[in-house]
Parts: sequence; structure tokens; C-alpha cells
Amino acid sequence: MFYREAGDFKVSYEQDSQTFPIKFDRYRYYLVLLIAFLVIPFTINDYWASAILLPFLIYSIAAIGLNILVGYAGQVSLGTGGFMAVGAYACYKLMTAFPEVSMFVHVVLAGGITALVCVLFGLPSLRIKGFYLAVATLAAQFFLVWVFNRVPWFYNYSASGQINAPERDVFGIIITGPNAPAWATYLFCLVFLTICAIVARNLTRGTVGRSWMAIRDMDIAAEIIGVNPLKAKLTAFAVSGFFIGISGALFFALYLGAVEVGEAFGITKSFQVLFMVIIGGLGSIFGSFAGAAFLVLLPVILKVVGVDVLGWPTDIVAHFQLVIVGALIVLFLIVEPHGLAQLWRVAKEKLRLWPFPH
Amino acid sequence: MNMKLTTLALGAVMAAGPVMADLVFPSLSYRTGPYAAGGIPFADGYADYFTLVNERDGGIGGVKARLIECETGYNTEKGVECYESTKGEGALVYQPLSTGITYQLIPKTAADGIPLHTMGYGRTSAANGKVFGNVFNYPANYWDGASGIINYLLDENGGDLKGKKIALVYHNSAYGKEPIRTLEELAVKHGFELTALPVDHPGQEQKSQWLQIRRERPDFVMMWGWGVMNQVAIQEAANIRFPMENFIGVWWSGAEHDVLSAGAAADGYKAVTFHNVGRDFPVFDDMQKYVVDAGKAAGAGDQIGNVLYNRGMYAAMLAVEAAKTAQEIHGTADITPAMMRDGMEALEMPEARMASLGMPYFGPSFNVSCENHGGPGLVGVTQWDAEAKTWSLVADFQQTDGEVIKPLIEADSASYASENNIEPRCN
Repeated sequence: MFYREAGDFKVSYEQDSQTFPIKFDRYRYYLVLLIAFLVIPFTINDYWASAILLPFLIYSIAAIGLNILVGYAGQVSLGTGGFMAVGAYACYKLMTAFPEVSMFVHVVLAGGITALVCVLFGLPSLRIKGFYLAVATLAAQFFLVWVFNRVPWFYNYSASGQINAPERDVFGIIITGPNAPAWATYLFCLVFLTICAIVARNLTRGTVGRSWMAIRDMDIAAEIIGVNPLKAKLTAFAVSGFFIGISGALFFALYLGAVEVGEAFGITKSFQVLFMVIIGGLGSIFGSFAGAAFLVLLPVILKVVGVDVLGWPTDIVAHFQLVIVGALIVLFLIVEPHGLAQLWRVAKEKLRLWPFPH
Repeated sequence: MNMKLTTLALGAVMAAGPVMADLVFPSLSYRTGPYAAGGIPFADGYADYFTLVNERDGGIGGVKARLIECETGYNTEKGVECYESTKGEGALVYQPLSTGITYQLIPKTAADGIPLHTMGYGRTSAANGKVFGNVFNYPANYWDGASGIINYLLDENGGDLKGKKIALVYHNSAYGKEPIRTLEELAVKHGFELTALPVDHPGQEQKSQWLQIRRERPDFVMMWGWGVMNQVAIQEAANIRFPMENFIGVWWSGAEHDVLSAGAAADGYKAVTFHNVGRDFPVFDDMQKYVVDAGKAAGAGDQIGNVLYNRGMYAAMLAVEAAKTAQEIHGTADITPAMMRDGMEALEMPEARMASLGMPYFGPSFNVSCENHGGPGLVGVTQWDAEAKTWSLVADFQQTDGEVIKPLIEADSASYASENNIEPRCN
């Protein structure tokens, strides 16, 4: 009944190749955008912004970035935390060096700088594959964190080695620092996420994305049919780095406001984003959203249920969180190895036939 | 916007009803993760003192104190979530027990007008009340700790440290880096040689640092550690047979759980402190009677009298006394965060007041003022007795080197003020 092509006639090539070819799907997409842009900003409060929506939006960008690298191009990376740190520190240096420039420019430039760094660390991928590449990117993770801890220039020689986001605005509206209104920070992240998701979706549907997937599925075969592995792999690293850099910059400037590299961008961050991609679904943009939502929302929901509703001691709830999230990850990987995105695909397929499955 | 409406509605309901609101004290604790060993006793002490005040005195000035505990796991992201979820409840003061979370809360609490008390941690230059209007770090800060250690070593060595080698083993984070600036100044002033050895989070891997100590043979080793790092460092020091009496930790590296695992080898290890240790105070009798025997102790109830339990209790006591001061100043029992801030700024803690609370000589006597949010910086030294398994105070609370610390605080707070366009207060 839902998600039917029947009666949905296409009369031009543009219509045929649009992102959401099914009418019902397209309207659902418009509805989500409408709520996100026109309803939530008016109802949001500090708690929803800083505790739930900002981390969800920012982790979604990071997950899309990593998904391009791992899910589409098949290059396993454990350096996400380090690359996010590059984005954060690039943004910090730009914010303090050019206070009058708009935050939009800073965040995009931070993404660009991260893309360059990411390409540099992606060079070994031309020679090594699989687990060995994972180890090489792991080296990037540790090296980058070490550099940001070690070289005082990156944190402007502050005594504590912390970086603090000064107050900056976009079109006169403050979006960093403690006085930034919740709706402004939310909208700023949402705009970036929307653009990133649309760009990623279209890249993966086009030539570039097809060459990534060819490399992922079998690199020798891809090379024989004329895909340039150097170009495919390095573009994957560059695009992925760009998105991860943007997420790192937003993570520092809008979400946390003060960051210490070892604590905020350690190896656990790399794994967290990797889990989001795996749970959400490798090679799926929707999966990146689903994975980020799962890992951001679940701990908060468990905390609210355990502490506020049931009144359990906080440490018991914190331990339960670890157990439940861990168990769910294992369960998901057993029941649905292709992640939440596959569940969504199956659900759509079922809805299409419902209520007459035969 | 929504939140404001809810609070307004809530406020209207409260004003209408005859029931007085509670005084809300959030406790951003960490009972899980690599730093839980230190987080649990502090959180227990903090919670138990509020329970004691409620049970024995019927609250603060007749209004019950309500503690909201929120687990941060020493993680800044969870810290943000905890702050946002508790601030709407009318939180009077935040004590996050984490330097990382403190750095995040300094601008946020300033914007929300809620005081922040970082007792012996956080941003040292917050002692300058002219710049940091609602951050307090009395009775002592890291730079007092650093200077306290050096003063103690000066006393032990006849006032002369020329040519001595002193190593600093520190947690490679904002917390651990904080004392380095002061120590560098002090090294110039007293002519000793400082070697700084960073240890990365969480601090289980320290072999190379202690190898370097073994090679360079420093006369003294200082430690700025927290969590599992402390135990490992003390064990490593014992392994290389470094004389324990020459090994001094800051107050976050001097609790029972830090030294117990090294056994007899830890005997003689020292740490600076800004409050007294042990359970030889009348307040613990009340604690036993009203809290423990009544089955209301927080956590497992096995931490009472530990160093960090005492610190948590001391933090709660200072908060309660500040709330009482605020009630006196504003003539109302139902205080707001802004009133609480005034109370903290006007807090006086003479010896007689501590004695009347059943805590004689529990901490240094001090006054807070508009300019000075850091107290006088009196620091004592404790030593571990592995035989008796007790800490004892071996040097009284003494003055630290204000001559070195004051200009540093001025400089650091001035740079914060210029970064954030803050006009100095208290003129």
C-alpha cells in the first residue's frame, strides 16, 4: 500500500533519476525536512539541544563521513577521532586568528584542512589493505592526538592545553559560546548535516561513488575495467576527511565549547563512530543517521528510565547502560548483520505489499 | 523558551502552594570508569553530609536539601548532559570534581548565573573573583598545592633546594598540566631543576617514565595523578626502590586506595592536603547515629572516614554553610542560585564555626571576599603509615608562596577577561 510505484509516472530523465523516485518516500522526506527546519527550532530548549539533538546531528555527519570511507570505498579506518581533532583544532586556530570571518567559512575550511590531512594518511591505502590499513590509520589516530598535546602552537600556548571556543556569530546571531541560543546552534548544525547528506547521497549515486564501490567489491577487477585506484581511494579519503573535519569542528565549537584532545578525541571516539556505521549499516546514508541516533539516544533513554523513572542508583544504571548497549550491538550483528538500514529496507518492502502479501 | 515557560509555571505553582521548595544540590559524580575509585568516596561523603543535615537539623534553615546525583563517568559529554538535565531543577551550586568538565561549565554557569565551586581543582585563576564572578575554588588551588609541596621540601632541606633535581609525574591533561607554570617559576626562584614527565590517560602504562626517573635519580618526585594512575605510580616507585618519603603527591594522589595496593612498600608516601584526615571528629558520631545506623548512607557505606570521603563531606559542609550565609544575607530560607553566589562570596569559616559543626580543625580557617575567591591557600602535608593503614597530618596548614602565585593568577585571569570581554568587578 505504501511505497508503491503504481500511478507515479515519470515524464523526464530528471524525474526518473531523482533521489527519492517513489512519491510516498519523497513526501516523507519533505515532511522530515519540514519538521526539522520549521517545527523543532521553535520548540527546542537547552536540554534537548545540548544533550540530544546537537550530538545526534554532529555524530551523523561523522558517521556519513566514515561510511563513505568504510562502507562505500571499503577502506577500514580507525583514525576518526584523530581526524575530528584536526577539524576541531583547525577551526580553533581559524576562529582565533580571524575573529571577524563568519563561522560558516571557518567550519568549511576546517573540513578542507582535515581532507588534506586525511589524504596524507590515506596514501598507505594504495599499498596496504584490510586489517593492515586499519593499523595504519590507528597510527594516525595516536599521532594526531600526540601532536595536539605536544605542540603548544595548536592550543595557543594556554597553560592547561585546553582549547576554548570564543564567542562567534553568523549573520549577527551568536552561535558559539555559552550565550548562543539553542535554536541557532541547532539550525547551524542541521544546515551542515543536510548539505553533507545531500552531497554524500549524490556522490555515491554518481561516477565517483560507483568507482568507490567497484574498488570495495574487488579492486583488481575494478582496475581492469578502468577504475583508477589511486583516484578512487584518495577521493574517498578526501571526501570522508572533509565531512569528519566538519563534524570535529562543530563538535568542538558548538557542542562542547572546551575540548581536551586526549579525552574528547581519543581512540574511543574512533570506535564509537565506527560502531555507529556498523550498527546503522555499511554503505547507506540512512544507516549513518540511524546508527548515530541509536548510540546517542539509547544511553540517554536508559538513563532517564533507570534514574528518573525507576529511581535506581546512578552507578547501577551506568553499568546497565554498558551491558544493554553492548548486548544490543551483539544482538543486532547476529540478527541483522547489515544494520538498521537493512531493517528499514525490509520494513519498506513489507509495507509495499501490505495488506495483501500474496 | 519552553524550559522558561515550564519554570515559570513551576514557580507559580510553588508560590501558590504553602509547601517550601527544596534546596537543590546536584552531584555530578562518577561511580564508574577508570576514575571511579576516587569518585565513589567523594560522592558518598557529599551525599551523606546532606542527609545528615536533613536528618539532624531538619534541613538548611528549615528547608530540606535535595541532592540530585548524575553519573558523568569523568566524561565531558556526559557532564554536559548532566548539567543541562539538572540546571532546570533550580540547582544552587555545581561541583563537578573534574577539571575537564569544569572548563566547560565555567562559561555555561556564568551565562546561567549558577555558582560553580571547584575545591582544589579546575581553573586555578578562578581564584581571582574580579574576573570569575561565579566560580570559586576556596580553600586552595593547584598552584597552592605546587607551592605547598616546594615549601615543605624547603623546610625539610633547611630552606635550600639549590641544585636539587625534582621530577613531576603528571596526568597528561588540563588537570596535570595546570601546576607546571608555577613550578617553573618556583624552579627559577629556588634554583632547583624541574623535569616534567607526562603520563597518558588512563595511566596504567608508566614504565618509561619510571625508567627515566631511575636513570636521572631526582632527589624528589612530585605527582599530579588521579584514578588508577596513582596506584600504578606508587607501585612503580616501589619497584625501582625510590625512597617513599621523597615522593609527594598532590591532594588527588593521596587517598587510601592509592597506596593500599602497594602494601608495605608504600609506607612513608606523602601528599599535600587542604583538609584534615581520619575520623576522629565529633561529626562522625552524628554521621553514625543519623545516617549510617538509620540505613541512609550513600553507596555501599564503606567509605566513611577515608580521605576522599572527608573531602566530599568538607565540600558539602562548605556548600551548606554558604547556603546558610546566603539565607542570612537575603533574609529568606528559599534561596536562588544568585543568592547562593552571594553567600559563597561572603563565606567566613573561622575555627570556632568548624568546631561548632563538630569538625574542629578540619580545614584551614579562611574568609572569601569579592576579590579573592580562592581563600588563603593554606596547605598541609599528610603521610601514609602502611602498618596502621592510616593517613596522618605531618605538617600543619601553612601559607603558600603568594608572591609567585598572585602574579600568575593575575596574568591568566587577565587573558581570560580579554578573550571574553569581561569587565573587572569589585571596584
